[in-house]
Amino acid sequence: MDLSVNLCGVELKNPITTASGTFGFGHEYGEFFDLSELGGIGVKGLTPTERLGNPAPRIAETPMGILNCVGLQNPGIDRFIEEQIPFLRQYDTKIIANVSGNTVEEYCGMIEKISDADVDLIEMNISCPNVKCGGMAFGTQPAMVEEVVSAAKKYAKKPLIVKLSPNVTDITEIARAAVASGADALSLINTLLGMRIDVNTRKPILSNIMGGMSGPAVLPVAVRMVYQVRKAVDVPIIGMGGIRSGRDVVEMMLAGADAVAIGTAMFADPCAPVKALAELKDYMAQHGIEKVTELTGAVEV
Amino acid sequence: MKIKEICKVKEHIAYGGALFGLVLEAEKISAMAQPGQFVHIACGEGNLLRRPISICDAGDGLLKIVFAVKGDGTKWLSERKAGDELDILGPIGHGFDLSKAGDRPVLIGGGIGVPPMLMTMKQAKANGAQPTAILGFRNQSAVILEEDFQALGTTYIATDDGSYGIHGFVSSVLEQHVGEFTSVLCCGPKGMLRALANIAEAHGLPCQVSMEERMGCGIGACLVCVCGLKGENGETKYGHVCKDGPVFDSKEVEW
Repeated sequence: MDLSVNLCGVELKNPITTASGTFGFGHEYGEFFDLSELGGIGVKGLTPTERLGNPAPRIAETPMGILNCVGLQNPGIDRFIEEQIPFLRQYDTKIIANVSGNTVEEYCGMIEKISDADVDLIEMNISCPNVKCGGMAFGTQPAMVEEVVSAAKKYAKKPLIVKLSPNVTDITEIARAAVASGADALSLINTLLGMRIDVNTRKPILSNIMGGMSGPAVLPVAVRMVYQVRKAVDVPIIGMGGIRSGRDVVEMMLAGADAVAIGTAMFADPCAPVKALAELKDYMAQHGIEKVTELTGAVEV
Repeated sequence: MKIKEICKVKEHIAYGGALFGLVLEAEKISAMAQPGQFVHIACGEGNLLRRPISICDAGDGLLKIVFAVKGDGTKWLSERKAGDELDILGPIGHGFDLSKAGDRPVLIGGGIGVPPMLMTMKQAKANGAQPTAILGFRNQSAVILEEDFQALGTTYIATDDGSYGIHGFVSSVLEQHVGEFTSVLCCGPKGMLRALANIAEAHGLPCQVSMEERMGCGIGACLVCVCGLKGENGETKYGHVCKDGPVFDSKEVEW
């Protein structure tokens, strides 16, 4: 059984990665399973300097989902390179460095710096809903996507994945703009902008009023968007949004994903990625599938 | 070290109103548990997030939790029966540091902040200290665990409405007796913790506070359960209740 997938020349031993922002830098989940079992690790979103993030409360719940407004808390790219890459390199897995900026220049600077560091893939986050400047503002208009991706691409010496926001009218328009500007791969979806109100206090639950929704409840939206983007562009896709089982991995791949990322599901079960991997193998064995890549885009419409 | 353990419910306790307790067969977690730590419990299919619940007592392969029903998750938990299984992560976080509490610590709990102080009192006593408890409740019907505490040492009970014990808040009981203690260890609503921290500071007593915040993963990866702490140069920095806490030195906290 061949589980390996190729993302822009980088071979992942299996299609299962962790979604940026849900996995820190791997230390915590490393207490529950061997990180070498993962195809890749998407690390917490990095910014040029340390960010404290938003005040509490940063999380609200909804049936089969959560909303968060962490606000890109991270130690900054320099400390990531210095302190975290050596830790992650102890494991036999690929490192996907996720970067965010407030301006086009910041994105370029981040990508130039991270290109020279020992990471395998760069994921450019133009879709964070929880920061005032940049983030999602870059990812919701084709002209802005073109400007920031084409500028950043010039500095990328590693494959550049662009992470897309679902908070748009037409995801294919954004996907096409990213690919036309040089994106080597796409990852989707980031969180869906949402809001919850405490009916007793009449106040929003989240400190930032609104936040990004994730978890099993968003899976159908993510599958739909991956399906649409697969038909629109011809670059590898990392599908994410609500995956919590091997069944969901298969569904996302059938929709068109080459690899997947698991995130919120780990908050319920820290071992969700390795469980999903075992279930994926079972599915392949039961259905006589030799190569996992056979699943990509194999939905029959 | 924290692990995931499938634990069988040994006993279900209804304290009246929204208050419930469960005694769980948790051989591994109970052996590692320290006073002030908590467990993160999966609460049924529809509730995605686990619920953080403080450890009330641990030992002999058993783990006791006492909690209030606040929403769907804790309601589900309150409906478990003897023989049911629960998926639990634990023990989690930094608990109370009894080595810094002196030989006459006062352990103060307010409402649903009372349960973790029981194991803390038990451990303090086992260490040779002479702990005192001050427990505050809304009214008589909310009073829990009184006999368990009394078996371990002097215990003052206060109720907000005076329907039982001393009429008033735990903070006024602390003021009355503050000279008798070597440190303050407390768990409860933030306003109560702040008041206690102020009294402790005014009398030069070290004070450890157990904080609460809306939580995600419970292990320090998702970064949601932040607590404002005093950083260098007067700037605020964030600690995470699940990993850096839940117990903090009161002087660290940005109240």
